[in-house]
Amino acid sequence: MALKMVKGSIDRMFDKNLQDLVRGIRNHKEDEAKYISQCIDEIKQELKQDNIAVKANAVCKLTYLQMLGYDISWAAFNIIEVMSASKFTFKRVGYLAASQCFHEGTDVIMLTTNQIRKDLSSPSQYDTGVALTGLSCFVTPDLARDLASDIMTLMSHTKPYIRKKAVLIMYKVFLKYPESLRPAFPRLKEKLEDPDPGVQSAAVNVICELARRNPKNYLSLAPLFFKLMTSSTNNWVLIKIIKLFGALTPLEPRLGKKLIEPLTNLIHSTSAMSLLYECVNTVIAVLISLSSGMPNHSASIQLCVQKLRILIEDSDQNLKYLGLLAMSKILKTHPKSVQSHKDLVLQCLDDKDESIRLRALDLLYGMVSKKNLMEIVKKLMTHVDKAEGTTYRDELLTKIIDICSQSNYQHITNFEWYISILVELTRLEGTRHGHLIAAQMLDVAIRVKAIRKFAVSQMSALLDNAHLVASSTQRNGICEVLYAAAWICGEFSEHLQEPHQTLEAMLRPKVTTLPGHIQAVYVQNVVKLYASILQQQEQAAEAEAAQEVTQLMVERLPQFVQSADLEVQERASCILQLVKHVQKLQAKGVPMAEEVSALFAGELNPVAPKAQKKVPVPEGLDLDAWINEPPSDSESEDEKPKAIFHDEEPRHVRRRQPEEDEEELARRREARKQEQANNPFYIKSSPSPQKRYRDAPGVEHIPVVQIDLSVPLKVPGMPMSDQYVKLEEERRHRQRLEKDKKKKRKKEKDRKGKHRRHSSLPTESDEDIAPAQQVDIVTEEMPENALPSDEEDKDPNDPYRALDIDLDKPLADSEKLPVQKHRNTEVSKSPEKDEVPVVEKKSKKPKKKEKKPKEKEKKKERERKVEDLDFWLSTTPPPAATPVPSMQEELSVNTVTSPKDESEGPKREELEDEEDNTEHDQERKSSRHKKKKHKKEREEKEKKKAKRKQPEREHEQEEPVQNGAAEEEEEETLPPMSSYRLLAENSFIKMTYDIQASLQKDSQVTVSVILENQSGSFLKNMELSVLDSLNAKMARPEGSSVHAGVPVPFQLPPGVSNEAQFVFTVQSIIMAQKLKGTLSFIAKDDDGATHEKLDFRLHFSCSSYLITTPCYSDAFARLLESGDLSMSSIKVDGISMSFQNLLSKICFYHHFSVVERVDSCASMYSRSIQGHHVCLLLKKGESSVSVDGKCSDPTLLSSLLEEMKATLAQC
Amino acid sequence: MIKGILIFNNHRKPWLSKFYQPYSVDKQQQIIRETLHLVFKRDENVCNFLEGGSLIGGFDNKLIYRHYATLYFVFCVDSSGSELGILDLIQGFVETLDKCFENVCELDLIFHVDKVHNILAEMVMGGMVLETNMNETVTQTDAQKKLEKSEAGLAGAPARAVSAVKNMNLPEIPRNISIGDISIKVPNLPSFK
Repeated sequence: MALKMVKGSIDRMFDKNLQDLVRGIRNHKEDEAKYISQCIDEIKQELKQDNIAVKANAVCKLTYLQMLGYDISWAAFNIIEVMSASKFTFKRVGYLAASQCFHEGTDVIMLTTNQIRKDLSSPSQYDTGVALTGLSCFVTPDLARDLASDIMTLMSHTKPYIRKKAVLIMYKVFLKYPESLRPAFPRLKEKLEDPDPGVQSAAVNVICELARRNPKNYLSLAPLFFKLMTSSTNNWVLIKIIKLFGALTPLEPRLGKKLIEPLTNLIHSTSAMSLLYECVNTVIAVLISLSSGMPNHSASIQLCVQKLRILIEDSDQNLKYLGLLAMSKILKTHPKSVQSHKDLVLQCLDDKDESIRLRALDLLYGMVSKKNLMEIVKKLMTHVDKAEGTTYRDELLTKIIDICSQSNYQHITNFEWYISILVELTRLEGTRHGHLIAAQMLDVAIRVKAIRKFAVSQMSALLDNAHLVASSTQRNGICEVLYAAAWICGEFSEHLQEPHQTLEAMLRPKVTTLPGHIQAVYVQNVVKLYASILQQQEQAAEAEAAQEVTQLMVERLPQFVQSADLEVQERASCILQLVKHVQKLQAKGVPMAEEVSALFAGELNPVAPKAQKKVPVPEGLDLDAWINEPPSDSESEDEKPKAIFHDEEPRHVRRRQPEEDEEELARRREARKQEQANNPFYIKSSPSPQKRYRDAPGVEHIPVVQIDLSVPLKVPGMPMSDQYVKLEEERRHRQRLEKDKKKKRKKEKDRKGKHRRHSSLPTESDEDIAPAQQVDIVTEEMPENALPSDEEDKDPNDPYRALDIDLDKPLADSEKLPVQKHRNTEVSKSPEKDEVPVVEKKSKKPKKKEKKPKEKEKKKERERKVEDLDFWLSTTPPPAATPVPSMQEELSVNTVTSPKDESEGPKREELEDEEDNTEHDQERKSSRHKKKKHKKEREEKEKKKAKRKQPEREHEQEEPVQNGAAEEEEEETLPPMSSYRLLAENSFIKMTYDIQASLQKDSQVTVSVILENQSGSFLKNMELSVLDSLNAKMARPEGSSVHAGVPVPFQLPPGVSNEAQFVFTVQSIIMAQKLKGTLSFIAKDDDGATHEKLDFRLHFSCSSYLITTPCYSDAFARLLESGDLSMSSIKVDGISMSFQNLLSKICFYHHFSVVERVDSCASMYSRSIQGHHVCLLLKKGESSVSVDGKCSDPTLLSSLLEEMKATLAQC
Repeated sequence: MIKGILIFNNHRKPWLSKFYQPYSVDKQQQIIRETLHLVFKRDENVCNFLEGGSLIGGFDNKLIYRHYATLYFVFCVDSSGSELGILDLIQGFVETLDKCFENVCELDLIFHVDKVHNILAEMVMGGMVLETNMNETVTQTDAQKKLEKSEAGLAGAPARAVSAVKNMNLPEIPRNISIGDISIKVPNLPSFK
């Protein structure tokens, strides 16, 4: 053996190690690939050896090769082998390799589960550490589910090194297995206050990451984080927390108010730039969230802007960059305070650093006004000329367009200038944003009616010079503008100076080299142009010229008919036939112009991009319903192909048929219009009918702004935008003069004022400038009765959505991390997949019932949390000051009526329903009148409702899934159940309690006590002392004596209730027992304080040691057959309750799960925290119920049956 | 969250790549190439942030890098990371390397990429920052080194001897090219305590 080892290590000496491999690769620069493939062969040999050291060495080399881009997934199994090595050195190699190359698709990954579990529980902290590190990189949903509870145990490990890693990896586990979030969250929260700073930082890290995605669920943690923020000195943690607050403030403006002061202090005091920067950022977020409510934070804004200016002026490029970044956030809400730093921003535009220039560009967006737009754009245009990289130039281009088009061209006073800028931009080579320019051209030409003539002249020039645009090698981008040019020239052809020339330009053979969709537009618009030329010539009675044009068309169109693009081909052949027909008629001397132009009558209006989506679904229309019943499978297989074949043929023929004559077309058009007019679902072009025939009278009624005549309307050749700057200056000057004159004449009506657009809030100087042209069509068209909802559709595939989970709800019994159980052999016999649904079906019903009371608790619980937060957020000390905020009062009212006794329950729920007007109000209408309350209170409720809307809605979304339809059926029959029992009560306080056991601790139970203040006094210094018995002891803080009480960690203002949890250790669980105890407290009211106490007896029933555990029926059968269990039975008479309800009651109160149910007979199973199996057979006769039980402990069984008897007796 | 970490030298040779999101090998290489391209396009004395665009996972991400003598350290992070914080983290990482390798040089990274991975694992785990305290990282790394040595024990001795001989045979490896200005600190950026 020893010999073998030595031999192995001697062999190993001559294997290549990682260093040799790296060296070898460096020495084989010429034939690297060959050398590596040789090495891989060697590695394959090494992997075949038994020696784990050799394998580890091979895997180590593979990891290096993986980085160089070689696929090593074939070695996945070998990697797992190395992972399972006993030595840490090798194990680490294995885990590193796994973390580099394993992913969800790696099929052998499921083999690692047990190995990882073993490593996690290894006595060596580094084994555990390396496993956690590796797992963090390749965790899959399966691994997450199987290992969640192991990792959760590690979160309380004694070594901080393990704790911090375990805490951090939980985030990955949550992502892959969202169900684990709620069970694990309380412990995660605890870790926020871990004594070790590393663990604390890890917990902050995880919660911040969670909260970033779904901030609203973490609002209740705000007080805790606030405490951390004021106490922590770790900059990294501080930054995280401050960033988190930045995400929370938009949800809770009051939080912002509370934050401003400490943040401002930090800004003043910290020397770390990173911290300062994040503080500024969060203050900005706060200011944004407050901007609607409180405008009085100018001091804070000033402070931020000042600090940012210092950053921007810094010589460090990083700070400059970040300063600009933060500045752009302020810009959105407080543009004025940023505008004063325009000089700085413009300066940054000239910075040599591209990132900084880009950020400065972002800022420019908010800095333009009517006055300086031309100047700024001019500056940008010079940058465009200078720019080297295409990305930066493209960015400039989009920014220019953004700036100019923002808020409906608010800052543009002269659209001729803008069009010429756009045309200038077309000269850019290799830009990707041709479509953007095109879209702008189209948009301006359509919306600004006065500019059409000018636009058309420019566009025709563009078409004339199309070869310039399209000839460059990278023509794919910019040639998009030809699309716009062609359409504008076609659509507004009446403005063309020389239509014939444009027509020829559009029919050049070169056009066929353009992309298909552009050619298609060309073809379509050629006809429009043709129609207008025809009309002109016929009016001028030049029949011959008209025929010439037709001839030109007939000659040139075939080049498009041959196009490879289907769309072009189809349009061209259709139009060719049309033109040929026209030619025929023309030859007979028939005037055609009227009819041809009728083809293109009407005007196109911009339609909002969301318009289609906003069309409301008419009442009674079910979009998911079948229009025709789908044919059965057999039918479709046999007959469908044939039908398609038959259908296709005639369609094919039809296309070849000669086109209908004009009259027919016109008639059909008319008919279609008629139909559309009558069809209520058709999206009409506009609410006010703007459709008109071109030759119809009444064009005059469209408001067209007079164009200033000093501006030349026709610019020969390509325009130069610069000249407009000058012209515009002059125009403005003249305008001012005129205005002054008018003022002198004291004319009341300022005509320019009338022309001002309504949307903007221009600065004083802006007001003087009236635009030369106006945007006529301001709003896009929407369908009638468009739904106003503007909600952004959430991406259903967002992985973080699954983590949108309410964390304030108390845990339900069903929410547990899966714990590895010893599987009986018989369980493994039945395939899991088959079983799962069975079990689910069985346990579903009782679970649903459980939900109902739980839900109430949840509601209550949530209210309490909200209240806690409110409590913290309201700056006034709550008890002393009488004017408690109304919100809080309202909340307390609700908590008072919270469901202690069961009869109160439905009432309260009803109240909720009334408020919300949502679901199931139908059954309870009868009792509604009782609930009329004071108007005032109601109003307050409204307020609260509005505030709570968000969580409520989320709740509703969840509910249908959880509760299903089954609940509604049985809701009336079964009274709500609550596991909370009355503990003790006097005039001051009422205590209810529930005992929860957990599988993790076999001798511990948690007692949750709800303390409800029933008096008008303020209760404080509450302390719970319990007389320990031999068997059960209360867990007390370390160092305190056996008889000391445990303080309740909160105080109770009047009418408020809260929940405290106490842990008890229990040795034997086979007998029920009672513990005597006392709650002592000080009640303080206006008259003074009195010392009070309340005695109680805490009843630990045997049922409370049971944990609802599902059991498969075959495993259950084996258990019964095994003969290890002792048996006992009871019988209870006089039971009227339905069997279903009976079952659910037992399931709920005694923590059983149903294994199988046949008619009125059911088998049930449960397990105690110490692992006793309890099996029940429940049979219902006419009016009696018999319960047969089998259990591993006879005493436990008899105690349980006694308890069950008591429960059944109440039924 | 940190999406990925790359280390490469002035000659565009990547020495370490670590991805915290699963990518295929081809995609990883593509990302590495793209990052190299983006970073090398930049001049000296420009800011250390780069909006990558199409890189790992889209617009939310930023490249944050630092250049030390012959090496580039590039971190790709999403918007939850504080930019200056990450710069400090890189600084901390390099200083830790310096301590663990005793005057780190590029060759250390080239030949001991596995060790660099292990040190990195003590600082960043699954894309989240695990430890910012440099001393803690160094302590843990040293402890693991010791454990490794004790495990190798007798059996490891011959292998070590051979590798020492191999290194002796290669006098062309210059051992003492130190990065020199590795501890450059950005003004106004006190690192975390």
